[in-house]
Amino acid sequence: MSWFQTLRVALRALLRNKMRSFLTTLGIVIGVSAVIAMVAIGDGAKARVEAQFSAMGSNLLMVLPGTTTAGGAHGGFGSMPTLTWDDLRAIQTEIPTVRYAAPSLRATAQVLSEDQNWTTTVIGTTPDYFDIRSWPIAAGSLFTSVDVDGATKVAVLGQTVVDKLFGPNANPVGQVIRVKNVPFTVVGSLSKKGQSQWGMDFDDCVIVPVSTFRQKIQGGLGNYLGGIIMVSATGPSTVSRTESLVRGLLRDRHRLPPGTDDDFSIRNLAEIASASQEGTRTLTTLLAAIAAVSLLVGGIGIMNIMLVSVTERTREIGLRMAVGAKPGDIRLQFLVEALALAVAGGLIGVGLGLGAARWMASSFGWQVLYRPDVIFIAVGFSGLVGVGFGFYPAHRASRLDPITALRFE
Amino acid sequence: MDQAPLIRLEDVTKTYRMGDVEVHALRGVSLSVELGEFTAVMGASGSGKSTLMNILGCLDRPTTGRYLLDGQEVSHLGTEALAGIRNRTIGFVFQSFNLLPRTSALENVELPLLYAGAGAVDRHARAAASLAQVGLADRADHFPNQMSGGQQQRVAIARALVTRPRVILADEPTGNLDSRTSVEVMALFQELGRSGITVVLVTHEPDIAQYASRVVTMRDGRVRSDVRRAARRAEPLPPGEAAAAEEALP
Ligand SMILES: Nc1ncnc2c1ncn2[C@@H]1O[C@H](COP(=O)(O)OP(=O)(O)OP(=O)(O)O)[C@@H](O)[C@H]1O
Ligand SMILES: [Mg+2]
Repeated sequence: MSWFQTLRVALRALLRNKMRSFLTTLGIVIGVSAVIAMVAIGDGAKARVEAQFSAMGSNLLMVLPGTTTAGGAHGGFGSMPTLTWDDLRAIQTEIPTVRYAAPSLRATAQVLSEDQNWTTTVIGTTPDYFDIRSWPIAAGSLFTSVDVDGATKVAVLGQTVVDKLFGPNANPVGQVIRVKNVPFTVVGSLSKKGQSQWGMDFDDCVIVPVSTFRQKIQGGLGNYLGGIIMVSATGPSTVSRTESLVRGLLRDRHRLPPGTDDDFSIRNLAEIASASQEGTRTLTTLLAAIAAVSLLVGGIGIMNIMLVSVTERTREIGLRMAVGAKPGDIRLQFLVEALALAVAGGLIGVGLGLGAARWMASSFGWQVLYRPDVIFIAVGFSGLVGVGFGFYPAHRASRLDPITALRFE
Repeated sequence: MDQAPLIRLEDVTKTYRMGDVEVHALRGVSLSVELGEFTAVMGASGSGKSTLMNILGCLDRPTTGRYLLDGQEVSHLGTEALAGIRNRTIGFVFQSFNLLPRTSALENVELPLLYAGAGAVDRHARAAASLAQVGLADRADHFPNQMSGGQQQRVAIARALVTRPRVILADEPTGNLDSRTSVEVMALFQELGRSGITVVLVTHEPDIAQYASRVVTMRDGRVRSDVRRAARRAEPLPPGEAAAAEEALP
């Protein structure tokens, strides 16, 4: 018998007992839908965290002045400047795995346009900063090293600042803003980055050349760098090595004897990100366990119903054999029936799961992510369960003696 | 006979073993059936008629002895091969019809063709032709529970015919039918015989057996008598005359 015919016969048999078929698949439906929904939500959360971390910068290390306490809390950041401009240059030139290093000096200041004002963070840095944070430009251009060398009064605006000073989607290029009464010409605006994991608005900033920042906005600290150093490693694999090289270099330069604490601290964003993914991994394991149990229960349900079905249809089996069905035909028919039940359960489960994820996404504002591979795996596993648990009933059916089967009451 | 018989049983025995007890259902049956012959098998209950039919139908294998069907020794064939022979060479008609419930007459008739690997178009055409042959062309879409017993049995005969088998085996096909419908069914079998299909039929009723051209009587697992004679022609009668016809029988 052809595959298509076998499938048709199987579907008919299942549709003849719609309620029973549906109840049988329920175990698989529930298992699969729970997994699909939770994976969609879990992946959504994971993707959001990843996006937030990558918004901070790629392969990023942040070098902060001051010591860290044993608990990891940063003690007196900014109050104890320990990083120097020479340190920055050393990091840039002496460590081969450093792609970029840039200073980041920050000050909170009121910024004025012709008719608006807004209090924001002003950042003084070098052009490498934009590469470190992989922050594309939205309009105009970035300032260059020439601007840094000449301490020109130019500024690049984050989108939030553009909104507040010039209105949404305005092009601020060429406009003049005043920071601490100093006029800056806006040369460009940056594309939107969104919020950090802690709710900080990345786009609420004005970025100016570090030299101009030191002259006009926040007086210098001499040789000391009154901010932090942002370092971008050459690739994801070199981040850890770069961290230890930077640490060694700075300890050397600060002449810290072995055994003493660092007088600076280094934050490795990749590490923080992966730590925050740890919970997700536990959740995934738990989900896999739930899926396994519910598929097992679903499989036993299918086996049970298939055994009942074989008994009920003993005469039919006898008749089919009498008119020429080979044992293999009978086995295949019942196997396909079990498979169809399980796959239908899997598909319903996928539908319900996606629906549930979507509903949760819209009612709680969670981000969800639909992964086709998970859907295929879920349906595939359902099918495997169908074949696995359907085999014994199908085998039993195929082993029936046609004479006995035909006489069965 | 210059032609080899279609069915040839040589000293066939069948013994069922139930624990320590042995039941000798057939104790040495030798029988030849020619092509196109219409044979009735009679005998007391338990005499081995159904056992014989099961062996003839390749549903069961003899314990000892040889069975040649259409010149081929089949007593030693495996399950798969026997299924193939049942599909191609044999058509079954049962006492209890054995139609699939909630399945149209046409699809019931198509069933053997499904296992013969016929394509959908071919299947429909042949099943429809077969239904027409038993006079049920207009009932193709009816379900078994929408048809009378006689009609259901005719659907079953159409199903047996659809693969164009050499032999039709019918174990008490009229057992569940009244006398008038029985005659209709017998008329159908006689027609098949005339078209060259060999029919072997089991019955308890002598007035059914008289439509056959040969009557084999079984007793205690053996053939007791084997008589060839002119068959009475089965002519279905209108309802009123059926009872009268029955009384007129010898
Ligand atoms: N599967 C079986 N196991 C054991 N004994 C069996 C089996 N099938 C038949 N028999 C025995 O074989 C003998 C012949 O049975 P069979 O069914 O051939 O009789 P029959 O002539 O068809 O009777 P009836 O007219 O009642 O249908 C009986 O004694 C029966 O009990
Ligand atoms: Mg019998």
